[in-house]
Amino acid sequence: MNLVKNHIMSLVNLGKREDGRKLDEYRKPIKIEYGVSAKSAEGSAKVFIGDTEVIAGVKMEIGTPYPDTPDKGSLQANVELLPLSSPEFESGPPSIESIEMSRSVVDRGIRESHAIDLNKLCIKEGEKSWTILIDIYSLNDGGNLADAIGLAALAALKDAKFPNYDKKTGKIDYTKHEEELKLKKIPVSITVYKIGTKFIIDPILNEEGASDARLMITTTEDGRVCAMQKGGIAPLSFEDIDKMVEIAIEKGKELRKYL
Amino acid sequence: MYKKRFDGRKFDELRPMEAKVGIIKRADGSAMFKQGKTIAVAAVYGPRELHPKFLQNPEEGVLRCNYNMMAFSGSGERVRPGPSRRSKEISYVTDKALMPTLNLKEFPGTVVDVFIELIQTDAGTRCAGITAAAMALADAGFFMRDLVSSVSIGIIEDQIIVDVDKEEEDYEKGMCDMPMAFMPKSGNITLLQCDGYVTKEQLKKALESGKNACNKIYEVQKMALKNKYQGELK
Repeated sequence: MNLVKNHIMSLVNLGKREDGRKLDEYRKPIKIEYGVSAKSAEGSAKVFIGDTEVIAGVKMEIGTPYPDTPDKGSLQANVELLPLSSPEFESGPPSIESIEMSRSVVDRGIRESHAIDLNKLCIKEGEKSWTILIDIYSLNDGGNLADAIGLAALAALKDAKFPNYDKKTGKIDYTKHEEELKLKKIPVSITVYKIGTKFIIDPILNEEGASDARLMITTTEDGRVCAMQKGGIAPLSFEDIDKMVEIAIEKGKELRKYL
Repeated sequence: MYKKRFDGRKFDELRPMEAKVGIIKRADGSAMFKQGKTIAVAAVYGPRELHPKFLQNPEEGVLRCNYNMMAFSGSGERVRPGPSRRSKEISYVTDKALMPTLNLKEFPGTVVDVFIELIQTDAGTRCAGITAAAMALADAGFFMRDLVSSVSIGIIEDQIIVDVDKEEEDYEKGMCDMPMAFMPKSGNITLLQCDGYVTKEQLKKALESGKNACNKIYEVQKMALKNKYQGELK
């Protein structure tokens, strides 16, 4: 691994990458397919970034609001790094990597940006509200699952429609969907990696392994940051963070166009 | 009498099928199989070392299938993630359905992992999973004695139907559902389950219908495998 790491580092130092991209360039094509589980899910999408492929689906159920927020519905995200998608992922309970992604990319990014109006999910205060459940699965790990996962979650939410709910009987008809679940903001998550003294985005597997630190940064269309998570062992300087956020804001604009 | 199928199909007509091989690049073999609205993807990893070691078989490799429905893939509420009694049993019978095609004597101490994920479901999920997994094993380059094709046969009010969908499965007056897996070359059955009443005579006819249906699925599987490898030759 050290050989590969040294090779990647010396390339990056020269501003180059194994596959010929610029340091701040996404793989092409980036593709989003909507309604990939339209019969089953309330909203669904597949995201492709280069070889990396991720699928997300949204389910909606009715539950009781949390006691501390009786006038709000809730949102829950769950990421699974499937052993189907990489020889390195194992079966069993969710790995810490997948939990980190659920919480930082999806949970925090989408909730903290207030992309979904949780008040509108309330049906009857203190008694009934909608719960939005987003499940995201990796299908092929070609590097940078994090950004693909964030994008897939957004795309599935964008695709989502409420199942018909009969207020009298209190029953949900999952075969009919009408009202759209509207997104008020588009919080795009970009992970910026530090290799040596340089920064790259959208790493392939070798590059992921060569990086010592990364920062997941979620920004909204108005150029504000709404969620962050530092990863990796190496510490970051104030200047590093400044540069990384700048990259995330710029690249966020680019990625947002695909939605 | 069940005279006309809900979706207008003939009694012996399969839903539209689609198959693709080599869809997951990281895997040693992979395939997608779509039967109507049921979509299954399968990936094969291995043979690779099996841990913990006490699970190893010194005589031959171990086949380990894992069937899973994605949380959003059910009709109605979300499917809770993680293994359930149902998914464990399906994984187990999938194992048995595929094993007769393989010879893992060359790979003692190893495991061949087969992961099956359902993206969207409209009944017949274990069958679609097995059909996809068989293609994925072939794609992984295993020497196989045969392929496996799988379909569910139903009996509604004494009428035998092929490739049951969810609406038929939920038929209010009850029905018999019989998933089967079939090795087209040898003509043998590798999976057979039955939920509901069936007479001995009906069973014979049902198996015959299943065989015909599996032969049609087999053609789709072969075509998908050829498409990948002929493409590579060019």
